[in-house]
Amino acid sequence: MGKFWVIFVASISILLPFLCNSFSPETPTNRRVLVLLDDFAVKSSHSSYFNSLKLRGFDLDFKLADDPKIALQRYGQYLYDALILFCPSVERFGGSVDVAAIINFVDSGHDLIIAADVNASDLIREVATECGVDFDEDPSAMVIDHTGYAVSETEGDHTLIASHDFIKSDVIIGSKKIEAPVLFQGIGHSLNPVNSLVLKVLSASPSAYSANPLSKLSTPPSLTGSAISLVSVVQARNNARILITGSLSMFSNRFFRSGVQKSGSSTKYEKSGNEQFLTELSKWIFHERGHLKAVNVKHHKVGETDEPALYRVNDELEYSVEIYEWSGTSWEPYVTDDVQVQFYMMSPYVLKTLSNDKKGLYSASFKVPDVYGVFQFKVEYQKLGYTSLSLSKQVSYFVSHDSGYDFSFETSLTSYLEETCNRNRSSQKSV
Amino acid sequence: MAAPETSTAAVQTLYTNNTLRNAFGGVLSFFILLLIGVMAFSIRLFSVIKYESVIHEFDPYFNYRVTQFLAKNGIYEFWNWFDDRTWYPLGRVIGGTVYPGLTLTAGTIWWLLNSLNIPLSVETVCVFTAPIFSAFASWATYLLTKEVKGTGAGLTAAALLAMVPSYISRSVAGSYDNEAVAIFALIFTFYLYIKTLNTGTLFYATLNSIAYFYMVCSWGGYTFIINLIPMHVLLCIVTGRFSSRLYIAYAPLVVLGTLLAALVPVVGFNAVMTSEHFASFLVFIIIHVVAFVYYIKGILSPKMFKVAVTLVVSVGLAVCCAVIAVLIALVASSPTKGWSGRSLSLLDPTYASKYIPIIASVSEHQPPTWPSYFMDINVLAFLVPAGIIACFLPLSDASSFVVLYIATSVYFSGVMVRLMLVLAPAACITSGIALSQAFDVFTGSIKFQLTGASSNTEVDAAETSSSTAESQTDAVKTEKPEETAKNRPSRKSKKKEREHGEKPSTKAKAEKKRLLALPLESSVISLLLLVLLGAFYVVHCVWAAAEAYSAPSIVLTSHSHDGLHVFDDFREAYAWLRHNTDVDDKVASWWDYGYQTTAMANRTVIVDNNTWNNTHIATVGTAMSSPERAAWEIFHSLDVKYVLVVFGGLVGYPSDDINKFLWMVRIGGGVFPHIKEPDYLRDGQYRIDSQATPTMLNCLMYKLSYYRFVETDGKGFDRVRQTEIGKKYFKLTHFEEAFTTHHWMVRIYKLKPPKNRIRGKTKKSKSKTSSTTSSPKRSGTKKKNPWQ
Repeated sequence: MGKFWVIFVASISILLPFLCNSFSPETPTNRRVLVLLDDFAVKSSHSSYFNSLKLRGFDLDFKLADDPKIALQRYGQYLYDALILFCPSVERFGGSVDVAAIINFVDSGHDLIIAADVNASDLIREVATECGVDFDEDPSAMVIDHTGYAVSETEGDHTLIASHDFIKSDVIIGSKKIEAPVLFQGIGHSLNPVNSLVLKVLSASPSAYSANPLSKLSTPPSLTGSAISLVSVVQARNNARILITGSLSMFSNRFFRSGVQKSGSSTKYEKSGNEQFLTELSKWIFHERGHLKAVNVKHHKVGETDEPALYRVNDELEYSVEIYEWSGTSWEPYVTDDVQVQFYMMSPYVLKTLSNDKKGLYSASFKVPDVYGVFQFKVEYQKLGYTSLSLSKQVSYFVSHDSGYDFSFETSLTSYLEETCNRNRSSQKSV
Repeated sequence: MAAPETSTAAVQTLYTNNTLRNAFGGVLSFFILLLIGVMAFSIRLFSVIKYESVIHEFDPYFNYRVTQFLAKNGIYEFWNWFDDRTWYPLGRVIGGTVYPGLTLTAGTIWWLLNSLNIPLSVETVCVFTAPIFSAFASWATYLLTKEVKGTGAGLTAAALLAMVPSYISRSVAGSYDNEAVAIFALIFTFYLYIKTLNTGTLFYATLNSIAYFYMVCSWGGYTFIINLIPMHVLLCIVTGRFSSRLYIAYAPLVVLGTLLAALVPVVGFNAVMTSEHFASFLVFIIIHVVAFVYYIKGILSPKMFKVAVTLVVSVGLAVCCAVIAVLIALVASSPTKGWSGRSLSLLDPTYASKYIPIIASVSEHQPPTWPSYFMDINVLAFLVPAGIIACFLPLSDASSFVVLYIATSVYFSGVMVRLMLVLAPAACITSGIALSQAFDVFTGSIKFQLTGASSNTEVDAAETSSSTAESQTDAVKTEKPEETAKNRPSRKSKKKEREHGEKPSTKAKAEKKRLLALPLESSVISLLLLVLLGAFYVVHCVWAAAEAYSAPSIVLTSHSHDGLHVFDDFREAYAWLRHNTDVDDKVASWWDYGYQTTAMANRTVIVDNNTWNNTHIATVGTAMSSPERAAWEIFHSLDVKYVLVVFGGLVGYPSDDINKFLWMVRIGGGVFPHIKEPDYLRDGQYRIDSQATPTMLNCLMYKLSYYRFVETDGKGFDRVRQTEIGKKYFKLTHFEEAFTTHHWMVRIYKLKPPKNRIRGKTKKSKSKTSSTTSSPKRSGTKKKNPWQ
């Protein structure tokens, strides 16, 4: 084959969907969070959790859920960066807030924490359904586990569950191992298995089921075993993050401080895992972890620095991108070995793992394929717990005439006599 | 119709040997030719006067875009132009896949005018290229016919060609297509061939090769030339008309012409490697063998010659068999037997419709109907047989070429309606000959009857002139080179001598012919009838130019009881795309609108009218035939942002996408077998009313065409199909309406991005009612009707 040339079209599109996120890369502090409560008592009964947030620099705005003055946005600007719904029984939000407003809030890239409870209102259930989580339809059902319950003074109905079936992801629940089980008391939910956006963070044990603890079990429970999710997170396509749980009390000071002993286990922990688990999880929800950005997408010939207008096919091409992760205070280099770049035209012609220099710079070099067309450099990075990166940069190739005859002959064979009688004008009518 | 009369005048001047009258005839011919040129140009301006100075239809927009690029970036950039705006993501190398003749011609004109400080826009130059070249074409016709049958016939043929509707249909102002210059190149190449054949000079042979090169640059139809001329050469050899003139006319053309043709990137090695060109090489070999045989015959005694012949024939047969076997094996090894689809459909008209839906789908590739012959060549259809007869009186090399030309072009026009264009010049030439011969006979008769037997000799001269016309002058010319051949004792030259010997006897015949002169009255009446016929032709041509062929097809008009309606929806839609979408957005539509979208909206398209990649077109066809979700996925994988459909149901525009839809199904199904045509037909009938199949009612094309259509009249009555549509109320889930033009003729939809969240299972409880109340609210903002 002849020598091939590569031309780069000036029009280059970079898609960085996470830029439209609420998470402003420049001013991550000073974030305002709206907390909607059923009752201001929750403010004090759950103060440990709120304090941990405040300590990390969040500005919490407590409002009653039916306060007529609450509003998420004013003059088209959102007033808050995140929303915490600790109001399981609210039937109707006050002010201009409704389900659509909350969903729009999420769809414009803001984060959400929902805690439901027994007898959660339809409103809360509906918000959860919109996010891809289905609470048990029986309003009085609770998660019951006769083998994995938390041992307490009274025998009880085994609705207080000690669970440690965490998701295996350091980025979501932190790298420090959570030793003690997490106490949970409330309703379970199920996830649609085809829904790729929602993750089960804390699941019930195989012996759990969801039913009304007060009535006798007449029909088989609809939700059973580890299909029941106790705590789930959603990362929407715009990287808004949502935490959904069926237990408001797991955030409470009482659960935070309480000791825990799982039935059938002799180990008794002084302190439940709730505080560590939920605090670490909130870090993920509020983008203090697992949030990536890619900058400085570059491609050039090996040995040069500028993006050249022309490439010869036998020259090596170098592609580089810098990827950083937000650490809570600053952008730190993201180090991994599984970022791949595709040289893509309908299908990847080159698929290469990028090597990094431990300072966030990822690069790869490869030979231009022997095909002309409009190609894209694509980085599609989707890893559990991380924001998804989707970069594409369009380039086009062509073969110059002095490069020899092969090409012209080849295409002429395919298109030959397509033009013998010149090109077609238009399709005829078929009826 | 002044031409034939002057031709007789010219003829008479020749024979009175009056130089003054001769010069007068020449000047008159010159002015007539000038007027013919003016007429050819001006009859094509109806489109500019009735509409505006715009580029027409589909292909011209591509040519226009290429010319713009050429004017802006120069010739070298043009050769290396890789177009990333079309066939996304494959792209297309324009420089290597386009016939550059038209573009270079218009680009040169533009450059010349600009360097003369005449600042015309590229568009203006493109619009008027076709009329200018049709003037050239009629002059070329004059030259060609003059070579065959003399000035009178030439002028008549030129006048006929200047206004033949078939040619007008492709060359009105704005119809900036390859045919515009190619027809001129075709006729001019033929003229130079005949000229070389008549004179036998290498000068004309070289010019002929260059003209052929220009033709190759301009149009894929050059294969017609490179097959017709060998056929004629073969005919001459077979009928014993081989001469050195024939050799000079043919051999340089093949050698030089093939070399030059290979310089055109789009042809390249095809010039020696495809079967379309094989005929010329075969004849090239044959003519050499024949020339060699004549030479050997000249130097050997008859007895030796016989021995040599048997030897050569036996050896030659063996070699021939071997060569043919190799050739057949080579050709058979290629899947289409070395013939591309379109040429195969030329030989077997049913081939394309059987095997290649993309070729069958093009309306121009259908066989024409009888009315289209009458529409396109009108009275010429009746004059052609007379012209053919005239060509046999007497049969010269040149006139046999005309006969061959008309015979083959009639065949080809019967295969593909667009090849009517090749027939038109041939029909004009033969009709011109017929008309001028008829005028000669009638005016000669009148003159004979008027002058009576007063001056026998003069009549005698006039008679011979009228019957054999200028072919005799040709014969005079051609005799010169033959004199050298005459000295050799070849059978051929003997024959010629015999013909010369017969000359006196033809004169004797002319004596008899005087007795055959028609009576005065019938001559006058016949003359009048002929003039009437010509007048009818003129009226028809002007009507065709004004009414039938001037519509630019991007602007439509319709007359109704309340006046003239103009539908400018196409440009409205393209302008919307240009101004409201991102530069790099990809627009998907059926391939018909590809060229226009790239040229007028400057947006990237997936497929266009250069249908070089069947799979890609099938992908778009499949998307259009699929349900919404599958279509969304196909389009999304091609990075498509907008989908454009043409819909005529509101105003009754019949060539809309619903009417073309079955072709999308067929072409799509040809590559992706899960699309099956019967799924879209109810009992073999294509319908969109309530009887339509569910597949039809759920496919993307139906939905995009009829989305919210019911809101226009409350019933959803489709004025093209003359029926109420089958499914009236439906919502789009993966597409949203972005723009609909004033008359709903073009509708543009945007692909919705993937959902931000995935909803959980819908619940039957009260939450459902509240969710349905919230969702229309969100979509309600988008439902703004762009039409109002």
